[in-house]
Amino acid sequence: MTTIDLNRIGAKGAIAEEAEGKWGMVIDRDVCTGCQACVAACAMENNIAYVGEEDAGYGRTMHWIRIERFWEGEYPEVKSTHQPMLCQQCGHAPCEPVCPVFATPHSMSEQINLQVYNRCIGTRYCANNCPYQVRSFNWRDYQDNRLRPEITILSNQFNPDVTVRRRGVMEKCSFCIQRIHKAEDKAKSEGREVEDGEFTTACAQACPANAITFGRLDNPESLVSQLAQNERGYKHLDELNTLPRVTYLKEG
Amino acid sequence: MSAVSKHYSGAEKAHAHHQEEEHDPREFLMYDPKPRGEMNDMVMESMMTTSWKFWAVIAVLVVLVASCFVYAWGYMIANGLGTAGVMRPSYWGVFLVNTVFWIGISHAGTFISAILRVFKAEFRRPFTRAAELMTTFGLIQAGASIFMHMGRVWLAYWMFPIPNERMLWPNFHSPLMWDLLAITTYVLGSTMYLFLPLIPDLAMARDRSTGWRKSFFKVLALGFRGTEGEWRHLQTAMNYFAFAIIPVMFSVHTIVSWDFAMAMRPGWSSSVFGPYFVLGALHSGMGAVAVVLVIMRATMKHMDYFIRKEHFDALGKLMLIVSFAYAYFFFNDYIVQWYGGDRATDNLLHWLEEGKMSWMFYQLILFNIIIPWLTLWSKKIRTTPWLLAIIGILINVGMYWERYLIVPVMLAVNRMPFTWRLYQPRIEIFLTVGTFALFLLFYMIASRLIPLIPVWEVQEGQMVHTLRKVGKTHVPTVSEFE
Repeated sequence: MTTIDLNRIGAKGAIAEEAEGKWGMVIDRDVCTGCQACVAACAMENNIAYVGEEDAGYGRTMHWIRIERFWEGEYPEVKSTHQPMLCQQCGHAPCEPVCPVFATPHSMSEQINLQVYNRCIGTRYCANNCPYQVRSFNWRDYQDNRLRPEITILSNQFNPDVTVRRRGVMEKCSFCIQRIHKAEDKAKSEGREVEDGEFTTACAQACPANAITFGRLDNPESLVSQLAQNERGYKHLDELNTLPRVTYLKEG
Repeated sequence: MSAVSKHYSGAEKAHAHHQEEEHDPREFLMYDPKPRGEMNDMVMESMMTTSWKFWAVIAVLVVLVASCFVYAWGYMIANGLGTAGVMRPSYWGVFLVNTVFWIGISHAGTFISAILRVFKAEFRRPFTRAAELMTTFGLIQAGASIFMHMGRVWLAYWMFPIPNERMLWPNFHSPLMWDLLAITTYVLGSTMYLFLPLIPDLAMARDRSTGWRKSFFKVLALGFRGTEGEWRHLQTAMNYFAFAIIPVMFSVHTIVSWDFAMAMRPGWSSSVFGPYFVLGALHSGMGAVAVVLVIMRATMKHMDYFIRKEHFDALGKLMLIVSFAYAYFFFNDYIVQWYGGDRATDNLLHWLEEGKMSWMFYQLILFNIIIPWLTLWSKKIRTTPWLLAIIGILINVGMYWERYLIVPVMLAVNRMPFTWRLYQPRIEIFLTVGTFALFLLFYMIASRLIPLIPVWEVQEGQMVHTLRKVGKTHVPTVSEFE
């Protein structure tokens, strides 16, 4: 490589990864009805804490995906639009270089943002530097059923593949990395690549309108690659050059 | 000159035999020396004098520290940061405001002591110690506030580069790591710089005290006897430290500003933040020094001999100059961001001007710029201690609002309108009170344990001051000591 493409230099000075080998998502805002099924499915799959009424009212909900609802127009010509917002798994993630203890590194094999819960010391700098505001912090021991008897039943349905986080650590959407790993392991044992549509994330699986599509962006044949080329597609806050992996399709 | 001298009632009463020199400009440089033994006794007496009022204030402060600092922090560690008001999107709140505020306060000590020493500004002599103590105690509060804000404070040592088998090293790209290094350097450097000029005074106190105090001072004075060689070594060491601590001082607040300037937030990402924060720190620090000096002068014995209106006059001028510089950086920051035309930043600026927190924005301009400009030009106001103290307090309130606007308020208005929400401090209020109480407690204990007046520096100053006759008037000058 003779010239340095500034678009590919990450904040750490390292060369940002190539387009191949990465997982991506396409969210069609035209068909999203804001039903919140993805939010519920994500919470079930990833052991996301139920923070209680008071904390939720104060803005401490911990969902890894949220439905942002916007109103357009004046009454009676009102239209509501919905925008599912989750970690955009940036290629140049602003959260990564600011963590003092490398608790939020970049995965080289999956090429997504990881959060190392047991390394996090809770400075919350990553959350402040995230322009999408999709990181959530464990303000209390939400998952400790000795402290919170009301979640005793909920704790019986924890997903054993996912860590239960305790207080004081940051957490975020991982593109259901436990599902990615499972599918990759299966494919590897059968001596093949992961096929398109073989598995998907919890939110995509739960979406009744099929508004969320997950898959391999590096495979031009995959559904997600096809959809990402759609003329309605846009990246959120593209001007910040964070190279998000989630493509939105605007309302048609 | 004569009009000013009339205000020196305190000094005049103490020196009736100097009444005939009422219009003498020498008084401006404390050229009315007393015998050294008498001055040393005065300093020692002010240290030993404790009235019931002193103990009453100490008792109140101890109760405040125990409840608002020790208990409240323990409660927060035990129950998690949920007890604080921080939330999405204001992940940083009053704790970080306090950190920046206390680091700002700590700048004045070094500035007054080191920079004015390097530039041989003579008026600094009687109150360098008081200012340096503010540095050390302020930094303790700043450090405590940083630890308070961490989610898992018991793992804070992970930020140190400890060798380990997993090769888990801290991330030196993170401005927070640089914060840690800068603040640690500053704590160590400023404490040593506080200690060096203290040695002769500790030796003086050792020679004039008995009992446990004598043992205490004996250990601290490191066997200083005042020989020629010891003085020379001390002067050399102080010179090195005075020059070395200045870049450290500037770097610390510059690096603190990088926490914000290097982030991609509307309102934060501003390249002028480095000097802007340093000037803001000096602004609040000067105000705090003025307040502390006024309180010291009013409450401690014999302090009106050492701290005079001429010192307040000089300090007031310094505050005015810093206020000018602060105004430049404030409007520079604002205008560049406004001209940038970024939509999110525009939203933020608009909200600062017209939103719920606009009172903070306007008080900041009023307290930091308008009030100093309207008042400090007047010599009469500068030399009235209580007025200067009020201005100092107002400047500090304004600077606190500035940091409050930068941390939680600028976090509240971000690029995702759906998450916009204003932050409400909860346990932070108690912990803020706790840090203030701890600072005052440290200061009050120190005022009775170490000589708050660098009496050898005052005596040195009185030795090197000379008068030169220019035409018909006497002009005070300073001869080179070395």
